[in-house]
Amino acid sequence: MSDQETMIKMKDVNKWYGDFHVLKDVNLDIKKGEKVVICGPSGSGKSTTIRCLNHLEKFQEGSININGTELIEDVKVVRHIRSQVGMVFQHFNLFPHLSVLENLLIAPTWVHNKPRKEAIETAMYYLERVKIAEQAHKYPNQLSGGQQQRVAIARCLCINPEIMLFDEPTSALDPEMVSEVLDVMVELADEGITMICVTHEMGFAKKVADRVIFMDAGQVIEENEPNEFFDNPQSDRLKTFLEQILSH
Amino acid sequence: MATYTMKEAKPAPTANKGIIFWLKENLFPDVKSSLFTLFGLYVIYSIVPPLLDWMIFNATWSGTQDEVVNSGARWIFIIEKFDQFMYGFYPESLHWRPNLVAIISIVFVFSFKYIKNLKVKIAGILLFPVVCFVLISGGWFGLEVVETEKWGGLMLTILVAAVGIIASFPIGVVLALGRQSNMPILRTLCIGFIEFVRGVPLITILFMASVLLPLFFHDGIEFNKLLRALIGITLFQAAYIAEVVRGGLQAIPKGQYEASEALGLSYWQGMILIILPQALKISIPNLVGSFISLFKDTTLVLIIGLFDILAMVTLTNSDTNWLGYEVEGYVFVTMIYWVCCFSMSQYSKSIERKFNTEH
Repeated sequence: MSDQETMIKMKDVNKWYGDFHVLKDVNLDIKKGEKVVICGPSGSGKSTTIRCLNHLEKFQEGSININGTELIEDVKVVRHIRSQVGMVFQHFNLFPHLSVLENLLIAPTWVHNKPRKEAIETAMYYLERVKIAEQAHKYPNQLSGGQQQRVAIARCLCINPEIMLFDEPTSALDPEMVSEVLDVMVELADEGITMICVTHEMGFAKKVADRVIFMDAGQVIEENEPNEFFDNPQSDRLKTFLEQILSH
Repeated sequence: MATYTMKEAKPAPTANKGIIFWLKENLFPDVKSSLFTLFGLYVIYSIVPPLLDWMIFNATWSGTQDEVVNSGARWIFIIEKFDQFMYGFYPESLHWRPNLVAIISIVFVFSFKYIKNLKVKIAGILLFPVVCFVLISGGWFGLEVVETEKWGGLMLTILVAAVGIIASFPIGVVLALGRQSNMPILRTLCIGFIEFVRGVPLITILFMASVLLPLFFHDGIEFNKLLRALIGITLFQAAYIAEVVRGGLQAIPKGQYEASEALGLSYWQGMILIILPQALKISIPNLVGSFISLFKDTTLVLIIGLFDILAMVTLTNSDTNWLGYEVEGYVFVTMIYWVCCFSMSQYSKSIERKFNTEH
C-alpha cells in the first residue's frame, strides 16, 4: 500500500483525561475512499478517537497522519487539517443566530476565502443535495432535528472535504427522522468520500461500511468487514455487545 | 383494522369575556383579594391626586417669583435655570452646538438598526464620536473652542455616560475573553483587574483618577480633569461589562465552540462570527442594566469638580435670588433621569426583539 492511498494513519495513539487512560495504543489505517464504522459501548473511546483526528481532542502519545500531513500542535497545521476534514456532531451544533444559508457560508467565505457569490452557489447546490433548499432562509431552530442534521452535513460538504467524520449523527434524533439522515449518508458514501462514522445503526454499517471496528475500554478489540463482523464475531466482548444491541 | 379520521381543529372557548368578567376574575375573585384591591386603590387615591395637584393643577408655570399665589410647584425656577441644567456654563451663544449633537445622536441611534450595509455601520460608529467631539469642543472648522471646564449639566451627564458605555464595551469584551483564556498570565492579569475594580467603589476610582493618574506623568503635562474622569469611569465600567459578557459566554454550549473549530475558523473568527454574537445577545438585558446604573453613577463626577445636572441643581439652589427651590429642582432631575433610563431599557427591548431567532 503506497502513501498516497492512505488517508488516515493513527499509530499507537494514547490519551489521558487527567489520570484516566481513555485511548490505549489505538492504531488505525484508513485508505482513501474507505468507509469505516466504529461501534462500541459508551465510554469506549470511539468519539474521542475521531475527535483526535481533527484536533478537537489532544493526544499525549503516538502519531496521527492525515492525508500526508503529520498532526502536530501548530495552529497552521491544525487549520490545514481541519480544512480537509468535515465533522458532523450528535447535537448538530448549527449556529442558531445565523440562517441555514449563512451557516453554510461561514467556512467557505472566512476559511477558504471563496467569493460570496460562488459560496452561495455551492451552498445551494449542497442544500439541494440534502433536499432542504427551500429552507435556506430559515433559522436552525425552525427546523426539525432531521432537517438540522442534514443542514449540518451540507455545511461540512461546502468546504469540499477529503474526509467526513460522523459522531453519532442519529443518536439525538426522533426515530422517524433517522432514516432521512441515513439516506443522505448512504448517498455520500456512494460518491467515494472517505468516511468514518461512530454509530449504532447496524443496518447502515452492513449497507455501506467497508470495515467495522469495535472498541471497548479505549482500545480496538476487533475489526472486520461487515458480514464477518456481525455473523462471525471472534472475541467474547463483541459477542456480548452484539447480543445486547441486536436482541430487540 | 381500525381506521382513523383526522379531527378538525376547533377554536378555543370564547365565553367569559367582557369588562365585568375581567374585573371579577382579576380584582375581586374572593374576599381576601377584594380587600387587597381596595387597599391598593386607597394607596393610589392618597398619593396620586395630591401629587398631580402639586405638579400640575396648583403649579405656577409663568411669571416672576413675587406673583406666585398657588401652593403647588413653582416651575418658574426650572424655566429660569433651564439652560444651566442642560448646558452648565457652556456659552449661551453656542448652545446650538450641543443641540445639534443631540439631534445627530437621536437620528443615529434610531436609524442604526435599519442600516443594512456593514461598512456604512462601521463608518458611522467611527465617525459619530469624532463629529460629536468636534462640535462640542470646537477648535476645528472655525468653531470657537469651549474648554471642558465650561461643560456641564445634562449635556455632561450624557456625554460622560455615553463615552463610558461606548469605550468600556470593547475593553470589557476583551477582558471577558482574557478571563477565559488558556494563557495563565493573561488570565491572571484580567482576573486581577476585574476583581480589583469590582472590589472598590466608583468614587475611589474617580479620586484615584484625579489624584494618582497625574503622578504617572511628567509635571509639565496638563491632564484634563474631564479626561481623567472619563478614563476612570471607562475602566470601572469595563470590569462590570467583562463580568456580564462572561456570563453570556458561559451560557454558550460547548458544541458551538467545537463546530466553529471543526470548520477551521481561527480563534478570533470563531469568537467574532459565532460565539460573541450569541453571547452578547443573551447578555443584552444585563448589559443595559449595567449601562443604566452607570448613567446614574455619573453623578459622582461632582466630587472631582465637574458639574453634571445634579450638581447644577445644587449649585443653582445656592443662588441668593432663588432660595428654597430645592424640591422643584430635584423633582425635575428625577424626571430627567427616569426618562433617560426608561428610554434605554425600552431601546434594549427593541434590540432584543430584533435579534430573536427562536421561533
